[in-house]
Amino acid sequence: MLQITCPYCGPRDETEFSFGGQSHIARPDESVDDKTWGNYLFFRDNPKGIHYERWCHTQGCRQWFNVARSTVTHEIKAVYGMLDPKPEFES
Amino acid sequence: MPSNASIPLQSSKTAILADKYSFLNLARHALSRHQNWGQVWRSPELKSSYDVVIIGGGGHGLATAYYLAKNHGITNVAVIEKGYIGGGNSGRNTQVVRSNYFYPESSDFYDRSLQLYEGLTQDLNFNLMLSQRGIMSLAHSRHEMETQRRWANAISINGVDSEVMTPEDIYRIEPSLNPNPTYPIVGGFIQRRGAMVRHDALVWGLARGADALGVDIIQQCEVTGFNMDGGRVTGVRTTRGDINTEQVGVAVAGHSTQLADMAGFRLPITSMALQAMVSEPIKPVLNSIVLSAMIHVYVSQSDRGEIVLGGGADVHNSYAQRGTVPPMEHNVRSMLELFPWMSRLKLMRQWAGVVDISPDTTPILGKTPVSGMYFNCGWGTGGFKAIPAGGETFAHTIAHDDPHPLVAGFGLERFYTGALIDEGAAAGVAH
Repeated sequence: MLQITCPYCGPRDETEFSFGGQSHIARPDESVDDKTWGNYLFFRDNPKGIHYERWCHTQGCRQWFNVARSTVTHEIKAVYGMLDPKPEFES
Repeated sequence: MPSNASIPLQSSKTAILADKYSFLNLARHALSRHQNWGQVWRSPELKSSYDVVIIGGGGHGLATAYYLAKNHGITNVAVIEKGYIGGGNSGRNTQVVRSNYFYPESSDFYDRSLQLYEGLTQDLNFNLMLSQRGIMSLAHSRHEMETQRRWANAISINGVDSEVMTPEDIYRIEPSLNPNPTYPIVGGFIQRRGAMVRHDALVWGLARGADALGVDIIQQCEVTGFNMDGGRVTGVRTTRGDINTEQVGVAVAGHSTQLADMAGFRLPITSMALQAMVSEPIKPVLNSIVLSAMIHVYVSQSDRGEIVLGGGADVHNSYAQRGTVPPMEHNVRSMLELFPWMSRLKLMRQWAGVVDISPDTTPILGKTPVSGMYFNCGWGTGGFKAIPAGGETFAHTIAHDDPHPLVAGFGLERFYTGALIDEGAAAGVAH
């Protein structure tokens, strides 16, 4: 069970949150070719290490935010705002 | 596994002939108190070059090697495995095999797989303990029943067996189901050919079969990189030295992304932990495999008597082979909703495997941006049932450098053309 510190509500159980997948994905311009568009839609980072991901406090304040988390130990390294740059960690 | 260090290793072909599992040989070995059974497969030294290297000694990798040798006569093959045979997802699944899929592409493929399973015990001369007790899907509302009737009809149109069931039919098969559940059972459907297979026997049987045809199975050998020449693979770097090869088949499930990274391309794969658990063994009480998509659990009983339960994957990316508490609680709660009497059972083991989930829950099998390199991945939560056909079609794909017709739609191109196969039935329960 993860304990996630919502930036607005404080530490809560994982079950209050929804996982939103990889963060920091920029939508490409609509004029791009199929290859670029396919990559944008379907291809995600899948690191064995630090993953930069979105979570939503669905059963609390309903706010989205970012988390940097290890996919091996599940340790949460950082919680930061949707528009903040991603903090760098050694993977 | 029968093994005896004092017995000199025989050549593979004579070994399997001498040790063919039969009543006659059982009687013969009984005379020497079963002390002289040979090793089930060899432990050869890694050679410096092979025609084909298969990475991953799980079910898919071993089946691929077996069918490469059996169907295509390609026997100069190595299967390299970083752990041991049966220690990865092949030993972490819930042993269910079925072909009740919705789309024709899936249905054709998975039914081929089930047909191969039906003959594999004889083919491999290894008892897989295939038990076709039927897989029963429950519906808990009128609307869910309509969806399941459509699903069952689609399966029938695809030429696969399925029968719509009334609550009476269901309770006749499973009298110990909760007679008064919170979400009433209003019907369902069954695939009677749905089965359980002893998963260890499958990988041991495939390893023995491949080995007997000349395939080298190398355990404790981890891949560290690839040698490439102008977009072509020329070799595999491992912890036991370099291997020269023109063709590499990768079947490593949850770690496919790491292998693709080494080869320099991306895959649309997300790795997640999928857990399962078993109770203490009890006398036979379940007659089928019971699945509820809405309550989100499936329950069966292994041949050793354990109640086996599984459900959805953990919600976030993970490479931890242990699973988290919330899905475990959910699985147990769901099991108790269907079978309240199971509250008296103790859970004996819980585990997780790292599964490779693709965006449309259809596997990715075929060629890659690197010439001579082929990937077999994206099975998500349902790779076990796909093993025989996955191996057969992957072997064909490697041997012909062209996808087998059954998996023509499973290539990476679909994520650019949009021809997805959005198989909601892939898990039976939602991901």
